[in-house]
Amino acid sequence: MTAIAKLKIRRGSHDEPPRWQSFEVPFEPGQSVLDGLRWLRINKDPTLAMRFSCINANACKECMIQLDGETVYACTARLEPREMTLTPLPNKALIRDLVTEIAPPSERFR
Amino acid sequence: MTSEPITIETDVLVIGSGAAGMYAAIEAARGGARVFLIDRSLIGRGGATVMAQMTVAVALGEEVPDAPQHHYDDTIAAGRGLCDEALTQLLCEEAPGCIRELDAWGVGWARKDNHITATAAPGHDRPRCVYVDFINTGPAVSKTLRTVMARNKDIRKAGDICITDLVAGADGEIAGAVGWHLSSGAPVAIAAKATVLATGGLTRLYRRNSASLNMGGDGYALALRAGGSLIDMEFVQFFPIGHLAPRLVGMDPIMWDPFRYKLGGRLLNGRMEEFTSRYGSDEDGKYTLPRDLATFAIFREVEAGRGSPHGGAYLSFEHCTAAALRAAFGPVIDRLAANAIDLTRMPVEVAPIAHYHMGGVVADAQMQTELPGLFAAGEVVGGANGANRLSGNAISEALVFGRRAGRSAAARAKKIARRGWKDLRPNDGRAALELVGNANGGGRGLNTAAMIARLQAIMSDEVGPFRTAAKLDRALADIAALTGELGERPPRRADAADYDLQRLEWFDLRNMLLVAGTVAQSALARTESRGSHQREDFPQTLPHWRRHQRVRLAGAALQVTGAPAEALVS
Repeated sequence: MTAIAKLKIRRGSHDEPPRWQSFEVPFEPGQSVLDGLRWLRINKDPTLAMRFSCINANACKECMIQLDGETVYACTARLEPREMTLTPLPNKALIRDLVTEIAPPSERFR
Repeated sequence: MTSEPITIETDVLVIGSGAAGMYAAIEAARGGARVFLIDRSLIGRGGATVMAQMTVAVALGEEVPDAPQHHYDDTIAAGRGLCDEALTQLLCEEAPGCIRELDAWGVGWARKDNHITATAAPGHDRPRCVYVDFINTGPAVSKTLRTVMARNKDIRKAGDICITDLVAGADGEIAGAVGWHLSSGAPVAIAAKATVLATGGLTRLYRRNSASLNMGGDGYALALRAGGSLIDMEFVQFFPIGHLAPRLVGMDPIMWDPFRYKLGGRLLNGRMEEFTSRYGSDEDGKYTLPRDLATFAIFREVEAGRGSPHGGAYLSFEHCTAAALRAAFGPVIDRLAANAIDLTRMPVEVAPIAHYHMGGVVADAQMQTELPGLFAAGEVVGGANGANRLSGNAISEALVFGRRAGRSAAARAKKIARRGWKDLRPNDGRAALELVGNANGGGRGLNTAAMIARLQAIMSDEVGPFRTAAKLDRALADIAALTGELGERPPRRADAADYDLQRLEWFDLRNMLLVAGTVAQSALARTESRGSHQREDFPQTLPHWRRHQRVRLAGAALQVTGAPAEALVS
């Protein structure tokens, strides 16, 4: 049997009450949490909102979220074969699901 | 939510905020223009620049004598007869000025004995590639340009805006763009006296690629739909030694190149034998093999059953001491250790990975495209690197072309009267706005993330570096099927319109599928092998094919022209 990582994700937009949803994703040693989230969007739920750009290089710094209450980059945090709780950054304005407003004010549209 | 767009007026609109877009914005503001710089991702964070951990080619001549002419000669030779000489000349002549300006802005080029130091790279006849330690070139360039922009009140910046179409004015000239704001879902209409495309290349079309998520060929699609043409679309550069295994997180997959510049490194097949000499090059522990030949050599070894376990080649630094590795790469060694990689004891596996696109939008040496009002800068421009790009020329090109495009755009903005959104050609503007508005939205049943993965599989399997007519025909049929599946209307805006990734991916696919078609069709038409385009059914490089192909949209169909008469007969 393949190992499974269970991603428990807080979802909803800034004007909705938050809801929790859990997904099982296949686990391979060495994978990142972002790998798991990308697998999830392709195979389970393309409506999940998340922010990332460079995928693996930890160069864009866009994929900051909280994992079990700690702020991490999803591209460098390792996926593990257990339940992992993913939430948006608590100190940034929520946009939707795992996406928060992380751009400095001078680089936002409005 | 209303479909009434948020309207913006500016002198110069710059689409894309990598090095090319940011330099264009800075230079346009220096030329007296008010600038609006937008990005689909965040400002200065997406795109290719921030990923360019390696080097920048420039004939500074601080350590050994050098001149732009030598840089030009090497670029032309690597381009396999297809460089646009005016663009190549501009690239090589103006790179030193841009590099020195970045130096003055505090980018922190690596120095030795009080001068900027340069390293050797394949295809350059002398050490010519400057860098920021440790493998931090792109992020440092990005950060420096962002800092310079932050001090400039004439540059307004906004991330999270997806541009969907360029819009012409009543005179037929490009006069702005339409798109939508990702964070709110709101349509956006921008009127501009001049527009600069700086959207980068198309590497996202491939499964394994070294670029960011927003490199899906947006600029090519925008130019095509606005009536412009593209050249050399068949030339996709595969970077030969992209990281393959073991799994390595937090590092750019092309990270091994600077290691090779500094330390050599041995490329070995699955039997731990050196093999590049079988393909006409004996590296002898140094690193001299050009990218197209290295890609060819690795693919052939894998095909012959001599690949590494994950289907690539081994790269070994086991001849280097721990001290030498530490001296060359400092903290990067610790990041490798965190991934359980100890280079003194084990090789890594590498394989070709989509890295850069030589083709693109047709532009002259002023960065003026064929469409008045539209300029282009950086990787989105076709021609400067011909059929194969030299190491280090991508950032040089971004800086030089960005600066030139900004200057040209500001000069145009000075000459023409104020333009508002209402001055735009009504039909064009209305159609574009209807698409981003919600009135005619389609269904939400599409799995857009899976469709992108399917397109990437098609392109990787059938339109990779080694092509045949049969593979390309299959790719074109599959691309057409996906295009049909996508439909003509984006998913309607969900109740929660904020950061609707499915909708974004619909617009991404609209561009990616169009651009994938240009690559496959151009590759099918070019019945020879040259540089990064290798046809297994036409393995020779043919003199009469030393010419560009152009692609245009004729109605809904792509039209490729430029094949020599000899090819049409056969």
